[in-house]
Amino acid sequence: MEKNLKEYWSKNVTFMSILLVIWAVVSYGCGIIFVDALNAVKISGFPLGFWFAQQGSIYVFVCLIFIYYAYMQKLDREYDVHE
Amino acid sequence: MSILTWTYIMVGLTFSLYIFIAWISRVRDTKGFYVAGGGVPPLANGMATAADWMSAASFISMAGLISFLGYTGSIYLMGWTGGYVLLALLLAPYLRKFGKYTVPDFVGDRYYSDIARVVALICAIFVSLTYVCGQMRGVGIVFSRFLEVPVNTGVLIGMAIVFFYAGLGGMKGITWTQVAQYTVLIIAYIIPAVFISMKITGTPIPQIGFGSHIQEGQYAGQFLLDTLDKLNHDLGFTAYTQPGAKSMLDVFCITFALMVGTAGLPHVIIRFYTVPSVRAARLSAGYALLFIAILYTTAPAVAAFARYNMIDTINNKPYAEAPSWFKNWEKTGLIAWVDKNNDGIIQYRAGKPFKGKPKFSGKTGPLGQKLVKNPITNSPNELYVDRDIMVLANPEIANLPAWVIALVAAGGLAAALSTASGLLLVIASSIAHDLYYRMINRKATEKQRLLVGRIMIGLAVCIAGYFGINPPGFVAQVVAFAFGLAASSFFPIIVLGIFSARTNREGAICGMLAGIIFTAAYIINIKFMGGKPWFMGISAEGIGTIGMVINFIVTIVVSSMTKAPPKEIQDLVNSIRTPRGAGAAVDH
Repeated sequence: MEKNLKEYWSKNVTFMSILLVIWAVVSYGCGIIFVDALNAVKISGFPLGFWFAQQGSIYVFVCLIFIYYAYMQKLDREYDVHE
Repeated sequence: MSILTWTYIMVGLTFSLYIFIAWISRVRDTKGFYVAGGGVPPLANGMATAADWMSAASFISMAGLISFLGYTGSIYLMGWTGGYVLLALLLAPYLRKFGKYTVPDFVGDRYYSDIARVVALICAIFVSLTYVCGQMRGVGIVFSRFLEVPVNTGVLIGMAIVFFYAGLGGMKGITWTQVAQYTVLIIAYIIPAVFISMKITGTPIPQIGFGSHIQEGQYAGQFLLDTLDKLNHDLGFTAYTQPGAKSMLDVFCITFALMVGTAGLPHVIIRFYTVPSVRAARLSAGYALLFIAILYTTAPAVAAFARYNMIDTINNKPYAEAPSWFKNWEKTGLIAWVDKNNDGIIQYRAGKPFKGKPKFSGKTGPLGQKLVKNPITNSPNELYVDRDIMVLANPEIANLPAWVIALVAAGGLAAALSTASGLLLVIASSIAHDLYYRMINRKATEKQRLLVGRIMIGLAVCIAGYFGINPPGFVAQVVAFAFGLAASSFFPIIVLGIFSARTNREGAICGMLAGIIFTAAYIINIKFMGGKPWFMGISAEGIGTIGMVINFIVTIVVSSMTKAPPKEIQDLVNSIRTPRGAGAAVDH
């Protein structure tokens, strides 16, 4: 049981870390650090870096939370800690 | 029907709805009062959180700010949404499992210390009070502009309404009115945006529209953003879609401080105590951000449309032919024009037309323009436009029907009232629960505690109202404080409290104090004493990021050098890591 909970927790932390890396890459990477490079690319009327900063990052944020929710639903059941 | 009649109808209807909801959701126990009985469904909590979070600033000011800042305005868009990812992944589910009433509850219990509890309590009150003053002012301003009553009367009406539903229903009343307020504010924001997007680009979806072609006029066939880049460049501003207004490091730090600050704001965190389970906490964070994103992805489109409309309709146009909205807003002092070269034509350029906000001399110029007393600058710019009018004036600029303009007024009020009520509850619960019940009178009965809670709401409403009527000059400056302090105080110790069982009382207290003192000193030095941003050029708005890092380091180092927390605390940490067994929020 003890070992199971440890495993549950470390899976949770690993998955969470992956999502946080994506979170940082879209906002701080695409939206801020590499904005000049990405602005050279245009999609329809949007310079890509600008689009990430004002639109794309927000869409990704919403998706990340729902993905985490779905993953944890599964994980909670797998380790039998769901409510 | 006139705009005024429509506004009275819209505001009257929405206010009656809030009062009706408050009456059906009135409460009789502290659990209902503090955490809405712990039974709010995730979807409703998501809407309530979104309304709670989106204030008068989001609704009225943000698009205007972005309109003037262009790319750099993204700090607000990313900063005020990205924090929800941190909240959903790092905080909400665990705080829900912990299941108490307030943020100081968690800090005090997890760090088995009343000192930590008091530090958290003071921060929570300070952050919330800072925030709420601005909301009351927002209520007053919307009233005065759209209902033509004095600002002070507007504030008093707002106070009465908030006191009624927050005092009667506590968290439960607030939650259900916020659900209604979200609906009102999002409709009020989207409808004008869709109209304007159709008008300029022919696309009904604003999020797509601002990346499309302009339909008519001299720029027809060009991409809107290309046109804005070019216009900005020609008038001497930084290109609209390009960085440049602030250094990259500063943009980075401000965005980060806003994100972390959002995740650490007590009135946002407290909302996750109201849902029935850990699963619901995770899900409702997703709904909350989804509902927020609807407004936050529309705002940059509104900003771009407003910028284009403004330049296109007034720049290099004779004042005599200026549209009527221009003259209406000139009357309120939010637009002013100084004809520096006496050609009778409005020249809009980069730079300030004159020093400070316009002070009219009471005289009018040869063309009927109101003259200002302010010292004139050398800049070729002749036009002063207050950024706050962008959202409010947009429907008029685009010639939308009267009912749409009235709807915007009701939306602005909904945004300000919903945020104000959430903040007032945090202030009341901090004093009535954390201070009175947890520290002064542990034997207080349910009835006494409920009464104290209601009295505190009343008191907080009065304080907020006072500052709404007599706004301290520093309100704008202290907003940096609210986020800076939330980022540098709560966030690190709550995260460590969950993810590191080794973090102890000594570490948390030292870390919080180090973070707060550094951040507060830096902000006070810049904002009140005219100091320079000495730390790598990071502005006061972004310094919370550094304060947070300091808090993390100090907490970890001090914890590792002092003795581990007691066994029962380590058990507590283990128990909040798994969802099972999360009953409704309890009192202890």
